[in-house]
Amino acid sequence: MKTILRGKTNDVIIDTNGPVIIIGECINPTRRKKLISTLQEGNFDYVLELAESQIKAGADVLDVNIGFPGVDDVKLLPETVLAIIGSFDIPLCLDSPNPKAIEAALKVAGGKCLINSVNGEEKSLKVLLSIAKEYEAAIIGLTMDDDGITHDPEKRLAIAEKILERAVKAGIKEEDVIIDPLAMAVSADSKACVVTLETIRLIHQKLGLNITMGASNISFGLPGRDDLNSVFMSLAILNGLTCPIANPEKITAAVRASDLVLGKDDFAVRFVEYFQNRK
Amino acid sequence: MNEILNRIAQCVEFGKINKTSPYPPNMKDQDGADELAKRALEEGVKPDEILENALIPAMANVGNKFSKKEIYVPQMLMSAKAMNSAMAHLKPFFQSGETKRKGKFIIGTVSGDLHDIGKNLVAMMIEGGGWEVIDLGVDVGAEKFLKALDEHPDAIVGLSALLTTTMENMKKIVMAVKEKFSASKILIGGAPVTREYCDKIGADFYSPDPQGAVNYLKQLAS
Repeated sequence: MKTILRGKTNDVIIDTNGPVIIIGECINPTRRKKLISTLQEGNFDYVLELAESQIKAGADVLDVNIGFPGVDDVKLLPETVLAIIGSFDIPLCLDSPNPKAIEAALKVAGGKCLINSVNGEEKSLKVLLSIAKEYEAAIIGLTMDDDGITHDPEKRLAIAEKILERAVKAGIKEEDVIIDPLAMAVSADSKACVVTLETIRLIHQKLGLNITMGASNISFGLPGRDDLNSVFMSLAILNGLTCPIANPEKITAAVRASDLVLGKDDFAVRFVEYFQNRK
Repeated sequence: MNEILNRIAQCVEFGKINKTSPYPPNMKDQDGADELAKRALEEGVKPDEILENALIPAMANVGNKFSKKEIYVPQMLMSAKAMNSAMAHLKPFFQSGETKRKGKFIIGTVSGDLHDIGKNLVAMMIEGGGWEVIDLGVDVGAEKFLKALDEHPDAIVGLSALLTTTMENMKKIVMAVKEKFSASKILIGGAPVTREYCDKIGADFYSPDPQGAVNYLKQLAS
């Protein structure tokens, strides 16, 4: 299964049989006061800095989240998108809980974006699927619904199936549905990562879709976070994760290593290139 | 008598829940907080003393070590479990009114937000500080907080939010609470929350960690 995203001209192919695609998570105001203050001034220099450093570090797609208290995201999200695509030819992942902001951004973005995110709640499906269809965007489907979050991988799979079914019914192509199995902190629940890994395996096996996840928070509340994140990343990739949302500066090495180990990097070209360029 | 209180405190601080719990390894096969609290009561130790001289200081140590990153979330959860196993023996005395807690604390993660770890840690630490905690869960809107305050008008309120997009709902809840219960105190916390934001929305206190919240409550109660 191939999901094709596009910047201005640059296609990025997320392939269930191909190497892992990294969606850079750093354009996000949580714990980045500077991002909030610069955006409030209408200054996009720091956004572009974050874009550039992530691309250099290995990001193939950029997540764009500009949510902070008091923000007019219907105005700011498209402005931020325009600033990024004015400087970089890279597909974007539009990250907002506000469908109006997503739609406003899709209007100006061009290319082919990813919407982050739809979930199994009726309200979410109703509004976002038609927007995705209209602008030919791909979607991330979060495996939670009106009943909240389940810790049963089979139930998460069922939510993924429901999202897929509803998306296809709305006229969205199957390959444009990417599933997020939900990754939760293992510090609070020692089985949290196993549940996610099993969900990934099931979705990969039964639906064959591309799979993403926000992969940096599983290590919340623990020491050795980078090591823990890297190990979880490798295991998730083995089970079928294809396009994690993460910090490329910290995760690209583990991703390239996983691809190589799993036979998705002939002659270790990408692996060697990454380490050569990092010097 | 002091010895058994010290032992309960040790069990809580290091997460020894009961005799069968395998952690920590150096306390294997020894009585845990559960058995020791029961025995202390049987030996005539007052429930107040167990709360004041064993559970509260032990949990304060846990909170301080967590603030200094000497321990992490799993250790804190183990301590909270050990505390709960001891606290269970005190519940009848709370209910009969023989043992009084320091006050009531209502906590919830705000509407639109399902993150519960931070909220749970704060709830545990505050319970371990000797307070009665009313945990409203996650995705809690202003109405639910107001309803809880109707039942417990003297309670202090805690709001948690983990997303930059949901922390805005803190503002709505603070406004609604302050309008109806102008004397109530509200403390807020969560990854994206800052002291400036706390001041801006008219909340009373911001803490970057659970122990800060416990200390604030302690100060209010004194």
